[in-house]
Amino acid sequence: MICIENLSKSFTLHNQGGAVIPVMGGASLTVSPGECVGLTGQSGAGKSTLMRMVYGNYLTAGGSLIVGGTDVATAEPREIIALRRHTLGYVSQFLRVVPRVPTLDVVAEPLLALGNPADEARDRAASLLKRLNIPERLWALSPTTFSGGEQQRVNIARGFAHAYPALLLDEPTASLDATNREVVLTLIEEAKVRGAAILGIFHDEGARSWVCDRLVDVTGFTPRAAA
Amino acid sequence: MLDAGSHADAYNFAYLDEQTKRMIRRAILKGIAVPGYQVPFASREMPMPYGWGTGGVQVTAACLVPEDRLKVIDQGADDTTNAVSIRRFFQRTAGVAVTESTPEATLIQTRHRIPETPMTEGQILVYQVPIPEPLRFLEPRETETRKMHELEEYGLMHVKLYEDIARHGQIATSYAYPVKVEGRYVMDPSPIPKFDNPKLSGNPAIQLFGAGREQRIYALPPWTEAVSLDFDDHPFETSKAPHDCDLCGARASYLDEVITDDQGGRMFVCSDTDFCAGRRAEGHVGRLGEAA
Amino acid sequence: MTLHSTDFPQKMRDPDQPLLTVENLTKRYGARIGCADVSFDLYPGEVLGIVGESGSGKSTLLSCLAGHQRADLGRIAYDGRDVLAMSETDRRRLGRTDWAYVHQNPRDGLRMGVSAGGNVGERLMAVGARHYGQIRGKAVDWLGRVEIAADRVDDRPSSFSGGMQQRLQIARNLVTSPRLVFMDEPTGGLDVSVQARLLDLLRGLVRDMGLSVIIVTHDLAVVRLLAHRLMVMKSGRVVEQGLTDQVLDDPQHAYTQLLVSSVLQV
Repeated sequence: MICIENLSKSFTLHNQGGAVIPVMGGASLTVSPGECVGLTGQSGAGKSTLMRMVYGNYLTAGGSLIVGGTDVATAEPREIIALRRHTLGYVSQFLRVVPRVPTLDVVAEPLLALGNPADEARDRAASLLKRLNIPERLWALSPTTFSGGEQQRVNIARGFAHAYPALLLDEPTASLDATNREVVLTLIEEAKVRGAAILGIFHDEGARSWVCDRLVDVTGFTPRAAA
Repeated sequence: MLDAGSHADAYNFAYLDEQTKRMIRRAILKGIAVPGYQVPFASREMPMPYGWGTGGVQVTAACLVPEDRLKVIDQGADDTTNAVSIRRFFQRTAGVAVTESTPEATLIQTRHRIPETPMTEGQILVYQVPIPEPLRFLEPRETETRKMHELEEYGLMHVKLYEDIARHGQIATSYAYPVKVEGRYVMDPSPIPKFDNPKLSGNPAIQLFGAGREQRIYALPPWTEAVSLDFDDHPFETSKAPHDCDLCGARASYLDEVITDDQGGRMFVCSDTDFCAGRRAEGHVGRLGEAA
Repeated sequence: MTLHSTDFPQKMRDPDQPLLTVENLTKRYGARIGCADVSFDLYPGEVLGIVGESGSGKSTLLSCLAGHQRADLGRIAYDGRDVLAMSETDRRRLGRTDWAYVHQNPRDGLRMGVSAGGNVGERLMAVGARHYGQIRGKAVDWLGRVEIAADRVDDRPSSFSGGMQQRLQIARNLVTSPRLVFMDEPTGGLDVSVQARLLDLLRGLVRDMGLSVIIVTHDLAVVRLLAHRLMVMKSGRVVEQGLTDQVLDDPQHAYTQLLVSSVLQV
């Protein structure tokens, strides 16, 4: 489902004398349907960079990066938009939403974007929010005022609203209590069972050993190590 | 002081010089060729203020021939100041015959009315026009209104009528009611009451419109279709005071309301004085009239 | 409710055919460049943001695209039709049916002396609607969709707040179900709290109506929330374009890097 081959990345800082900083080289890995692969490595080793490249958020310098048949490294923006809409979900660490939009609508939006009827989309959003223990009285409010843990759960609900065939999870359990952590890990399990290919970053070792089938250490992808 | 007979010595026939008449006649012919289209012309200074019919007077001057019989009305009346002064102006400068009778006139200059007596082929009706542009109400830019005429973008005209209904529950525009000419140009018929609008359409006379200050001439050739704009659910309707003429008893003529005292007394009389006088001469008598 | 000649059925759309294709569009003011060599495709349902500082040519580009100014060189194809070769009649007709233009200042896009209902109804009447009751019904419906109470239908926009005026302008533009909307800094003159509501409204309308939008703004936060794709302009030229979040998070061009790093974080 996700197939990365010989991927490389560098940043050119034009406003700092044109410094070129190579951050990744020779990265290769695959994630099959129903499989969860965890990325490991020191902070700054490039886990998040790799995730962002898979999502098309960062450009790649070389190599190929095929998700559900689309080569993200070379795809047109509209192909990546379609990929994100139908195939590839992403739960980041931060919630980024239009202010003042009710939580329920924030969670339902990926389904609405796919053309699902509004009431069905809201029903699905409501059931996820309930599962993630977001009190119903908060659903009509914008999540921008929520606590970190609540925002994280809203973000997860949004990420799981549509049954994406491929999912990127960046620290999905980071700021959660034990109960909600378990809910999230169960959601991940369920996604695997329905055949989703999942690539994730989990600092929480217990979570990692619960859901991950394999681990890939990105330290091996740093340019120095590759050289 | 000139008397009626001495025109030839002091003025060119009908006041305007021949070059000016030629220019105005060209504009008139173009207007007739393109019914409803506003033709620009180089309006001259006339010996009367703007707003007193300088446009109509120039059109009349360009049309008059010595054999003409001229009638001038102001709001239907032959005897108001404006009508009298314009009539005398042409008596002095052209020496043409004048009349108050609609059927006898060959050329009628009018402000704000169409005569009640049906016009006939061969007659010319000249309207005095203050603001020729029907779109001006909502679009102040001349460049834009010209473009709208060119491209037949007349949605704005209906916005005006929409606003009428939204505000008054009905189309409250009661005069200068816009018409669409032969399915093409939207035209302001000058401030005639909308009661007169049906008479614009299919009229056997030539109808010419002159706006002096705005320097525009437009025309309806004989038998031209002029349709008053409206909505499907708010169709165009004429309106008049719900009375009969108190002098001649006419039921279907356009009426003026005349205050007769300070006790609330009032009477309704035909605005068309010639029409009213003609009916009374035939023996018709209204509520307050005396038998002739 | 149906309006006989003014009901706009959703036209058959091929999502894989660009709705708008722009090639090498160039506009000069004498020796000075307004915009130069701008090329892009816009697909149905896509929102394209154009950012750049004042004088970067983004507004010139927008007005050339919308036909308010004539481009010197280049090609614009809309739905397979050559826009620059079109007669003015056809182009203006397009401007009142398939296209819409939302001005930064609602006063430029509204008739301030006409009621809210008349403002919304104008485009319907312009394409032949002649039933007062239906025009008014549709106007009220659209006021509701932009969150303006039905009892304001006869009020003039001069009595509205800035945010309401902008929403009215949007209703006035969208009533004929256009396919392509040009927006020039639509949130520019508004308070931040009002901006958020408008952005949410626009997102919903774009999604539900399948609108293609070209939005010019200098506000990177607005494009991040609204635009699928981004074009960065400098000195009349496009220096970078791509997915909105990619351009903002991994900018490649020196100018874009400067632009992104200059935004104050909150």
